[in-house]
Amino acid sequence: MAINPPSNRLWWKEPIHGIELGWIVIAFLWGLFMFFFMIAWHFIGNQNLSSETYRIRPEAYQEKVEAFAEEFQATDAAGEPLEEDGVPVVRPPVGGDAYILARLWEFWPILELKKGESYRIHISSADWQHGFSMQPTNINISVHPGYEHVITLTPTGSGDFGIVCNEFCGIGHHTMTGRIRVVE
Amino acid sequence: MTTVDHGAVPAAGADAQYRICRFSGLRIESNAERLIKVNAVAAVLFLALGGLMGLMVALTRWPAVQLLPAEWFYLVLTGHGANVLLFWIIFFEIAVLYFASAVILGCRLAAPRIAWLGFVLMVVGAVMANYAVLRGDSTVMFTSYPPMQASQWFYLSLIIFAVGALVSVMIFFATLVVAKAENTYDGSVPLVTFGAITAGIIAVFTLASGAIILIPTWLWSLGLISNIDTLMYKVVWWGMGHSSQQINVSAHVSIWYAIGAMVVGAKPLSEKVSRMAFFMYILFLQLASAHHILAEPGMSSTWKIVNTSYMMYLAVMGSMIHGLTVPGAIEAAQRRNGFTRGAFEWLRKAPWGNPAFAGMFLSLVMFGFIGGISGVVLGTEQLNVLMHNTIYVPGHFHGTVVAGTTLAFMAMTYLVVPLIFQRDILWPGLAKWQPFVFGIGAGGISLFMMGAGTLGVPRRHWDISLADAAHPFEFPAAAYLMMGLNGISALLAALGGVMFIVIVVGSILAGPRLDRAGAKLTFPLHDKSREAVSEYGSHGTLKLPGTLILVGIFFASFVLYYFVNWKYLSELWLFR
Ligand SMILES: [Cu+2]
Repeated sequence: MAINPPSNRLWWKEPIHGIELGWIVIAFLWGLFMFFFMIAWHFIGNQNLSSETYRIRPEAYQEKVEAFAEEFQATDAAGEPLEEDGVPVVRPPVGGDAYILARLWEFWPILELKKGESYRIHISSADWQHGFSMQPTNINISVHPGYEHVITLTPTGSGDFGIVCNEFCGIGHHTMTGRIRVVE
Repeated sequence: MTTVDHGAVPAAGADAQYRICRFSGLRIESNAERLIKVNAVAAVLFLALGGLMGLMVALTRWPAVQLLPAEWFYLVLTGHGANVLLFWIIFFEIAVLYFASAVILGCRLAAPRIAWLGFVLMVVGAVMANYAVLRGDSTVMFTSYPPMQASQWFYLSLIIFAVGALVSVMIFFATLVVAKAENTYDGSVPLVTFGAITAGIIAVFTLASGAIILIPTWLWSLGLISNIDTLMYKVVWWGMGHSSQQINVSAHVSIWYAIGAMVVGAKPLSEKVSRMAFFMYILFLQLASAHHILAEPGMSSTWKIVNTSYMMYLAVMGSMIHGLTVPGAIEAAQRRNGFTRGAFEWLRKAPWGNPAFAGMFLSLVMFGFIGGISGVVLGTEQLNVLMHNTIYVPGHFHGTVVAGTTLAFMAMTYLVVPLIFQRDILWPGLAKWQPFVFGIGAGGISLFMMGAGTLGVPRRHWDISLADAAHPFEFPAAAYLMMGLNGISALLAALGGVMFIVIVVGSILAGPRLDRAGAKLTFPLHDKSREAVSEYGSHGTLKLPGTLILVGIFFASFVLYYFVNWKYLSELWLFR
């Protein structure tokens, strides 16, 4: 038993009608536009994620971050090293390198940046994958152990900014935070 | 059950038992019927379990309620993902594939014993995965990225499930071969079957990448492999993860066409265009998986742009074409049915009281407006930084997979119960409201999660008040409001889900029997339904003012939302 005989066997030879053809053209052009707009943003926009990345052993990265924190730890008026909740506050040199270490369950150390200056921010993890989510300026970047990701960042606002982990990393995931402070 | 004797059927299938469906005229073989039944029932049971878990997740993320303790929250969230995204959807898809091959082509199911083996493997895998998750040592979330490790049973269960699914997909292809060999149809396969073939082909790629990623992970969990590169893992993982969603898209688009055909007698405007749009999924969708890796270190911008955009936009174009041709086919059919006044009489007078139609149309609208547009925005290289891993991501995929796929599958169930189970829908009054209750709930979940994600709320997070965190931080009050509204929408969707399960289980067990002479369907099929679903050929484009207006609104929303997000992005700190 055959299914009903077709009304027109040669469906692939039928012309495409105007409405459908018009919509196909619009959809195609819009797709092309969106494609070129991403490329264009690399020239007209200031928000493009860097792909500068290095392979590194997590332990080696941890040592680099500790050396960095020790060298550039901020001091108060009395010359005492600054800390907050036991975490050092670090003032990296303007235009220079700054390091953030993600690990169960914190982002370490606290960075103090100057508004309008750029910094080469290095991000990697000591253990699991984590998510670097800066708030309330909503910047979200993945963090892998073994990969050192370098992003040149220029704060355009001042105040205290939170870093929240947004890649599930175990039972203490919701306690994993950090801080960046931007001063005028 | 009537057995129809067919002299023309060769010896291989001579013992096959057929009946003729009294409502659709389709010829249904008994093995195909049984396997559709068991797969559909398994699907609905996993939907019930996964849906319950989803409700608990939403009530925990409602800050004023915070139902579950943290350990349970992460465990239940892992189970929710596996049960609804894998088990509910894939069991149902297998039922759809069998329907689109054996039932629509009127042939026997190839190798029913092996089809049963596939089913049993899938059940074993699914049950075992739930056991592994509930034991508490496999709380790794749906995206189980190393170095975080689950128990070996978790990975093994997924492998078993995938093998079972692969076997079932092979039975689908074998059934197509049987239909061809036994000449049960003439010429090309109907569009619905063609869409199912697309889904089947994508499923094979996907399950193969699944095996490539899961087998080493399983060996790693057994201690046989010591190191897994986290970045490579993620790239391959998404080769499976995103493509698997394209199986859903192909399947639910086929269902849109099928329901349009069966309920209002719709035929595609142009076979060529609709088939080309399906074909674009096969060609271009595999690469779209890159859009999950946009915020990862180590991938160049060129790689990201080529993979997500150039190829993906051709796949997006496929969806945009269906976005015109599906409502266009319905408008054309309704105009033929006599609803010709004004731009929208065809839509106003559409069978909104029929849950199959209502569910299908709501699925079409919400998949396009919510899931589709947000998916493109999320998959744009730079814009991704705004919402990567925030709760915007689940907002997007609840728009595609819940408001889109799940709603379409529910709508299809209202046809599967009478046509395959031969039971009429119990409580039609309740059934009329079900797609709206579930659809509005699912749409709300998607929108409010997207809203909260734009405000920075992370996904998979137990406590956005960050009460125990080392460096607390306050999310804006609007974020709390959004999460509360998400919880309320989840209650509504859960109510719709319960209505669905009560109606389906009730109808299967106690619905009025339809295999008796004179029995009538509560929600009738269109008198041309059989021709429309099984006979191919284009309807041709009439004047379709209503569809043009709808598509115009869609396109304007798409463009506007796209640029609004670039505006947000331009206000962020500078980074390069
Ligand atoms: Cu973390």
